[in-house]
Amino acid sequence: MKKNWKYNLCWLILMVAGFYLINTLMLAGVINTFIENMLVTIGINIILAVGLNLVIGFSGQFSLGHAGFMALGAYATGIMTQTMNTAGGFYLSILVGVVISIVVALLVGIPTLRLHGDYFAIATMGAAEIIRIVINNMKITNGAAGLFNIPQFATWDVVYIFVCLTTIVTVNFIHSRDGRAVISIRENEIAAEAMGVNTTKWKLSAFVLGAATAAIAGSLYASYLQTIVPSTFGIMESINILIFVVLGGLGSITGTFVATTLLGVLDAALQSLGVLRMVFYAVALIIIMIFKPGGLFGKWEFSFKRLLTKKQDGDMKEAGKESK
Amino acid sequence: MQTFFQQLINGLSLGSIYALLALGYMIVYGISKLLNFAHGDVYMLGAYWGYYTINYLHFGFITALITAMIVCGLAGVIIEAVAYRPLRNAPRVAALITAIGVSFFLENGMSYLVTSDTRNFPQVIKQKTFDLGGVMISNIQLIILVTTLILTLGLMYIINYTKTGRAMRSVSTDYDAASLMGININHTVSITFALGSALAGAAGVLIGLYYNSIDPLMGMTPGIKAFVAAVLGGIGSIPGAAVGGFLIGLLETAVQAMGFSAFRDAAVYIVLIVILLVLPGGLFGKKQVEKV
Repeated sequence: MKKNWKYNLCWLILMVAGFYLINTLMLAGVINTFIENMLVTIGINIILAVGLNLVIGFSGQFSLGHAGFMALGAYATGIMTQTMNTAGGFYLSILVGVVISIVVALLVGIPTLRLHGDYFAIATMGAAEIIRIVINNMKITNGAAGLFNIPQFATWDVVYIFVCLTTIVTVNFIHSRDGRAVISIRENEIAAEAMGVNTTKWKLSAFVLGAATAAIAGSLYASYLQTIVPSTFGIMESINILIFVVLGGLGSITGTFVATTLLGVLDAALQSLGVLRMVFYAVALIIIMIFKPGGLFGKWEFSFKRLLTKKQDGDMKEAGKESK
Repeated sequence: MQTFFQQLINGLSLGSIYALLALGYMIVYGISKLLNFAHGDVYMLGAYWGYYTINYLHFGFITALITAMIVCGLAGVIIEAVAYRPLRNAPRVAALITAIGVSFFLENGMSYLVTSDTRNFPQVIKQKTFDLGGVMISNIQLIILVTTLILTLGLMYIINYTKTGRAMRSVSTDYDAASLMGININHTVSITFALGSALAGAAGVLIGLYYNSIDPLMGMTPGIKAFVAAVLGGIGSIPGAAVGGFLIGLLETAVQAMGFSAFRDAAVYIVLIVILLVLPGGLFGKKQVEKV
C-alpha cells in the first residue's frame, strides 16, 4: 500500500482538480444546463460502462443484461424517495437498490454463468427483459406509465463523487489478487481452473459487482431525470452500454472513460439532426469497428506509475499485451 | 376444444413467420458464428418492399414475395460484404458491434426515408374465412403456412442435396479445412447470407399480409425471438429451427389466450433460459463438447 502512495495521491489530485474545474466553469457560466445535462449523462454512463467492462472485458463473460440491473436501482430510488423525501432516504434507496440488484444477480448468475459466449449473452438479455416486463406490469411501479416527480437529490456533484467511488472500487478489485483470478478466467478458463481458481465464484463476483454498480447508476439516473419509464431499460440500453465498452476497448477502463465521453459529446452535438443523428452514429460505429476492431484503446491503461517511473519493464509488459 | 384448435391455428400462423426468420438466422449463425442483429431489420426491409411494390407497382402477391426475397438476399450479401467480411478474423465482439451498427443504420435510415409512422399493408389478397367445424381459418393463414412449408423444404433441399449446400455445411464445420479443400469461403458465406436474408424478406411480406401493419422498428423483437427459436430447436438443425419457430409462435399464442398477454415476451425468455440450462444443445441439436 505504502509504496503506491505517490500515485494514489496523483489520482486524488486529479479527481479533486476535475471537481473544481467543473465547479468553477459552472460558476463562471461556461457550463449551461445543456452541458451539465450532458456531463451528468456521461457520468452515469461511465458508471454503467465501467461495471460492464468488469464483466465483459475482465472476466470475459459476455453479458447483455446490464440495463435490467440499472432498472432495479432506478425503481428502488423512484419508489422509496416518494415516501422518504430526504437525502438520507435517497442514499438508503441506493443501498436497497444495490442489495436487490445483488440478490437478483446471484439468482440470474448462478445458473446462467455455466453458459458460454453467445448463449450467456442471450440468457442475460432474456433475464433483463423479464425484469423489465415484470416492472412494466406491477402496481407499485405504476406500470408502463412509469414514475414521475421523483425528488432530485442526484445533482452533478453527487454523480461525480459516485463515478469516482465506483471506479476506485472496480479498479482496486481488478488490481487485487481476486482481480487477477478474474482475469485468468478470461484468458483461459481451463488453465485457471487447473491452477486452483474457483472459476464459478470469481465469475459470479465480477458479475455481481457489475450489477451493483449498475444499480447505483440506475438510482442516480432516476433521481437526476426525475422520471423513469420501463421502456428506457430495454435491450437498446444494454446495447448502448455495450457499445461504450467495446468502443473503448475490452479490458481498458481508460478506454471506457474516453469512449463514453466521446460518444456523449457526439450525441449532444448531433442532437439537432433528429433521426439522421442515429444514422451517423451507426455509420461511425461500423467504421470504427472495421478499422479498430480491438476498440480505441485495446487493453491499454493510463497509469501515473508508468508516467512517473518511466521504467521499461512496465512498457514491455504492455507491449506484450498489445501484440496479442 | 374449439378455442384450442382456433388458438392452435393462430399459433401456427405466427409460428411460421418465426420459423422462416429462425431458419435464416440459424444458417447465418451456423456459418459465421455471428449474432446477426440486422436479420430482423432485413425482414423489415422485406415488408417495406412488399408495401411499395404492391401499392405503387401493383405487383401481385407471388411477384411481391419473390422480388422481396431477391432484394433482401442482395441486401444480405451487401451487409455481409461491407460490415462483416472485414472483421472475419477480428474478435467476435467487434463483429457483434458492427452487426448492431448495421441494425441501427437500417432502422434509423428507414425511419428517416419513410418516416417512423406505422403503415397499413395493402391487402393484395382478399381475406376469406373458412369454417371448419367452428374453427375459423383464413386463406391468408393457409398461404402463410404453405409458403413456409415450401421454403423450408426448398432450403433443406439446397443444404442437403446440392453442391453449394455441401460447401455451406463444410464451411460451417471448419473454415480452414473447408478452404483447404478448395471451397471459396467468401463465396459460400455470401450465398448463405443471401439465402438467410431471402427467407427473412419472405417472412416480412407474409407478416405484412397477416398483421396488416408495418413500421421501421418492427424487426427488433422478432429478430431476437428468431434467435431464441433457433436455440430452442438446436443450432445446426434445419427441422429444429423450423420446429423451434412454431413452438415459440404457439407459446406466445397460448400465453396470450390465457390472458397474460403482457407477459408474452417474458414467457419466451423464461423458456429460453430453461432450455439453455437443461438442454444446451436445443431440442434437435447435436450434443457437442465445448471447445476451448
